[in-house]
Amino acid sequence: MTERIVIVGGGTGGSVLANDLADRLEPELDAGDVEVTLINDGPDHVYKPVWLYVPFGQREPADGRRALDELVDDAVDLRIDRVSEIDTDSRRLRFDGGGAPMEYDHLVLATGSTLEPEQIPGLVEGGHDYYSESGATALREELLEFTEGEIVLSVIGTPHMCPAAPLEFVFMVDDWFRERGLREDVEVTYTYPIQRVHGNPHIAEWARPIMEERNINVETFFNAESVDPDAETITSMEGTELDYDLLVSIPPHGGVDLIEEAGLGDGGWVDVDKHTLEAEAEAAENVYALGDTADTGVPNAGSVAHYQAGVVGQRLASEIRGRPATATYDGKTLCFIETGMDSASFVEFDYENPPSPAPPSEKLHWSKLAYNESYWLTARGLL
Amino acid sequence: MTEIEPDNTVDARGAACPGPLMDLIGAIRGAESGDVVRLLSDSEGSLTDVPEWAEEAGNELLAVEELDDHNAFYVEKA
Ligand SMILES: Cc1cc2nc3c(=O)[nH]c(=O)nc-3n(C[C@H](O)[C@H](O)[C@H](O)COP(=O)(O)OP(=O)(O)OC[C@H]3O[C@@H](n4cnc5c(N)ncnc54)[C@H](O)[C@@H]3O)c2cc1C
Repeated sequence: MTERIVIVGGGTGGSVLANDLADRLEPELDAGDVEVTLINDGPDHVYKPVWLYVPFGQREPADGRRALDELVDDAVDLRIDRVSEIDTDSRRLRFDGGGAPMEYDHLVLATGSTLEPEQIPGLVEGGHDYYSESGATALREELLEFTEGEIVLSVIGTPHMCPAAPLEFVFMVDDWFRERGLREDVEVTYTYPIQRVHGNPHIAEWARPIMEERNINVETFFNAESVDPDAETITSMEGTELDYDLLVSIPPHGGVDLIEEAGLGDGGWVDVDKHTLEAEAEAAENVYALGDTADTGVPNAGSVAHYQAGVVGQRLASEIRGRPATATYDGKTLCFIETGMDSASFVEFDYENPPSPAPPSEKLHWSKLAYNESYWLTARGLL
Repeated sequence: MTEIEPDNTVDARGAACPGPLMDLIGAIRGAESGDVVRLLSDSEGSLTDVPEWAEEAGNELLAVEELDDHNAFYVEKA
């Protein structure tokens, strides 16, 4: 009998896993003992880190897109459709477009994060973002013409994708205006929901003095409650009101609804064992989750999705071959942090070892850009 | 045991800092004025950051109950 592995989501985690399995299970795939299907709701694979550079006019949104059928191994069946329902009892998926349900023996959810700006009244009308392709393009229009006034970067939702990206944005904004001799006319304010500037205390401790040195205003314990697009103000639950000329937010994030509907976890995030990445819901057998949607407590980062894909790939191959699955995820996270337009830091940490940001350098900045270029090899499973 | 009847309970046990505080903030966001949210947390950090945030936001921390392996925080939305 053919064993069917179905992966939902063709982003970083899902694509790396599909290619990993194509390689690892090559003999079984060739013999027709195993089938791997990757389902994505659009024909393109989207690499989101490119969006950080779009508002500064340094990259084009198209740089972050490639057709999935060029990236994914031919041994993988690619289906472009949106999954609308997961039934873990009968091990079936249903689709937006209708048609016959798809059955699976092993399911992997890699559906990522979605943005929910509508949670904050006025944010859709008053705010900009670089967390979506359309957001980054619209922000570019504003930022390239901005010469004086107040820029507010407000982190509203946590968890959110790439915890470093809000710091990177303000560091880059600061440097970019400085290089162009406009910094004196531009106020930059960074707001964060808790009492420090970053969720991770070690990164917060490192970033705070740099922000002071660079004259970036900081508002902590700032949880946006509403935005008034006419008055150009943003108000927090803590009662602080800030004026802005350009509001850039990290909008509230959520997972996809079908996960909650399937009883796999709240808010669209799948409750998983943080080491094996198996879904914890009792009724759900043979279900894994990885990347942003897996609620492991580590950052929602592409590097995490990539490492987790390796773990799930090994575990699935063991299960298929009737051996005990022993590979586990140790929380490994790797992240470059831009500290300006031509310098960056770097952190690496896991469940046991906290991060210790490297001194910013030009070399690390080029490493980040080189990583972004070579990402397409990562997605292909070659790196 | 406290006598306080919470309107909503957020179980953030197992979540690392600042997860529990963010879960509490999320629950208060969706609550009505006067509602009491109970946060269960086993993170050490909650003992300092929950009172700090409650004060900053003007919500009242009614009680902190110390239980065997976690704490329960009762916060009333202003
Ligand atoms: C501005 C920005 C900068 C970033 N920078 C970095 C960085 O420098 N380093 C880093 O490590 N990470 C970075 N990230 C984070 C990184 O992009 C994400 O963490 C990563 O993409 C997560 O991978 P994933 O596979 O979990 O989800 P995604 O890559 O988001 O893929 C999910 C896929 O699932 C699809 N999907 C969802 N629901 C369905 C459904 N029902 N049916 C079918 N398909 C569905 C989606 O369309 C999508 O293609 C950044 C993110 C942003 C926004």
